[in-house]
Amino acid sequence: MVLFYLFGTVAVVASLLVVLQRNPMHSVLLLIVSFVALAGLYILLDSPFAAVIQIIIYAGAIMVLFLFVVMLLNAHKEDDPPAGSLTAGGPLRIGAVLAVVLTAELIWALVRAEGTRDGLLAGGAGADPGTLGSVRELGRVLFTDYAFAFEVTSILIIVAMVGAVVLAKREL
Amino acid sequence: MIPVYFAQVGIIFATFGLLLLAAAIMVYSERKVAAIIQQRYGPYLVGPKGMLQPIADVVKLIFKETLRPLGADRLLFMLAPLISATAAFAAFAVVPFGAKTTLFGLLDTPMSLQIADVNVAVLVIFAITSVSLYGIVLAGWSSNSKYSLLGALRSVSQMISYELSYGLSLASVIVVAGSLSLTDIVNAQAGTWLGFIPRWFVFLQPVGFVIFMIAGIAETNRAPFDFPEAEQELVAGYHTEYSSTPFMMFFLAEYINMVTAAAVATDLFLGGWHGPWLPDYLGWIWFLIKIGAILFFYIWMRWTLPRLRYDQLMTFGWKVLLPLAAVNLIVTAAGVIYFGY
Amino acid sequence: MVPLEHYLTLSAILFATGTMGVFLRRNVITVLLSIEVMLNAVNVAFIAFGRALGSADGQVIMFFVVTVAAAEAAVGLAIVIALFRHRETLNPDVFTSLKW
Repeated sequence: MVLFYLFGTVAVVASLLVVLQRNPMHSVLLLIVSFVALAGLYILLDSPFAAVIQIIIYAGAIMVLFLFVVMLLNAHKEDDPPAGSLTAGGPLRIGAVLAVVLTAELIWALVRAEGTRDGLLAGGAGADPGTLGSVRELGRVLFTDYAFAFEVTSILIIVAMVGAVVLAKREL
Repeated sequence: MIPVYFAQVGIIFATFGLLLLAAAIMVYSERKVAAIIQQRYGPYLVGPKGMLQPIADVVKLIFKETLRPLGADRLLFMLAPLISATAAFAAFAVVPFGAKTTLFGLLDTPMSLQIADVNVAVLVIFAITSVSLYGIVLAGWSSNSKYSLLGALRSVSQMISYELSYGLSLASVIVVAGSLSLTDIVNAQAGTWLGFIPRWFVFLQPVGFVIFMIAGIAETNRAPFDFPEAEQELVAGYHTEYSSTPFMMFFLAEYINMVTAAAVATDLFLGGWHGPWLPDYLGWIWFLIKIGAILFFYIWMRWTLPRLRYDQLMTFGWKVLLPLAAVNLIVTAAGVIYFGY
Repeated sequence: MVPLEHYLTLSAILFATGTMGVFLRRNVITVLLSIEVMLNAVNVAFIAFGRALGSADGQVIMFFVVTVAAAEAAVGLAIVIALFRHRETLNPDVFTSLKW
């Protein structure tokens, strides 16, 4: 319970700082902190495989890509927004208020459907945690129920690789 | 008698101490073996046969002045060696180095010589190795120096390229062993065939072993893949601008990464702590012997082979090693289905 | 034990934070980072529901979301690099016309 609040607070604070602070290099590093906190939350949710995948792929590969681009483009200082643009003081405050309103609406919508079920996450609906997170079960589901999505994802990755190389080349 | 809790805390401290000792022994033996290969004496002044040389090195490094370049980002500059060193130590937390033992009857229940027996241990090691990249790239970036930045970029792109082959050869072992937990993988290698050939995975997966060793050498930035720290070209790569204690942490992180890579290779391919004449609870002696052999091989490679140029290195990693690892995985999977293991 | 609503609240807060970032930041890389924050919020919700319903589907879907996020980050950053080569700036307000 304590761990949930610890990881949750770290994740929320890190994500807020990602969005609010000025230096994109620090934003990338704070996002990595947020990912690690979320991986801790996944371990609390009996999903060690999801946690490790989060760290290997998100924090270990995607964020390295972001870091490379930030270093390549020398983007470690943000341009000051010109006056009257969307991030002067007024729009930022209105945006923050609207974000709070959005949060309240989402929480209300997500939580009010809870009355129909009870005891979730306290007992789990029938599966014991040992087999829930097991990689064997995950692999079985992945390759039988979701086999089509798996194959399509492989095509997606090839397309993304080719697309990224083509888009970033100087001359074709 | 003693609750397992105390033994677990004891194991943590013991492992930490042993890792530091292993790093010190590596420093000394690297210089001594290099000297023997190059037909000269090595360190011989400090202590008997120069064995206290690592202590002298550490003392010298601690007493140096800690410098920081002018334009360096202060937080990241201090954070980078911490990330490197922490990730290096953390990866060893899930590596088992002995069988379940009751420590000569002191404990109630047998405890495995492993800090955390996670059932996705192989992936945890992979994940922590991925995180240790950040120490290098942050060191290179925050030093505000061209040698550091080039060295860091080269090093990180080399490491992420060879991580793919590393992962695929890991996947082949997982297919054969049927589990992601390192303890299970080691226990699947107990026993012998025909009475004298041990059931190690290196005999079932020779190509996988070679790929894993090459990728491990590339991951730890050792020769012949140490272009990022090539002294002739880049001064010292990503740790050019670091001086006393932060430099020592990078140094330490490199040696402990080597020890971890050797330990993981031993657990995955060479049977871990299983060996012929010793009982299981003394298996850690075999573990140390195997790690010693692999580390000797690392040092031997460094002082024998010439360094690969950066584009040769990347070509080798992407065009040779990765297809080989993928074919190895497919053949392994086909073999497991056909022969059943 | 932690009730499901707590995880969903966390997911909602992260999602709103990411949305705020996408709309308010004037640096393309930070916008992409905010999109990653939103995808992570969705992942938390998936895994929480997967655990609550006792099935492995939550983790499988999270796996696909991570893969799609990786592909989108790669292509998005390639576009950012191509844009930067033309105008030397990372401010999305500059790219207002389709042809120049």
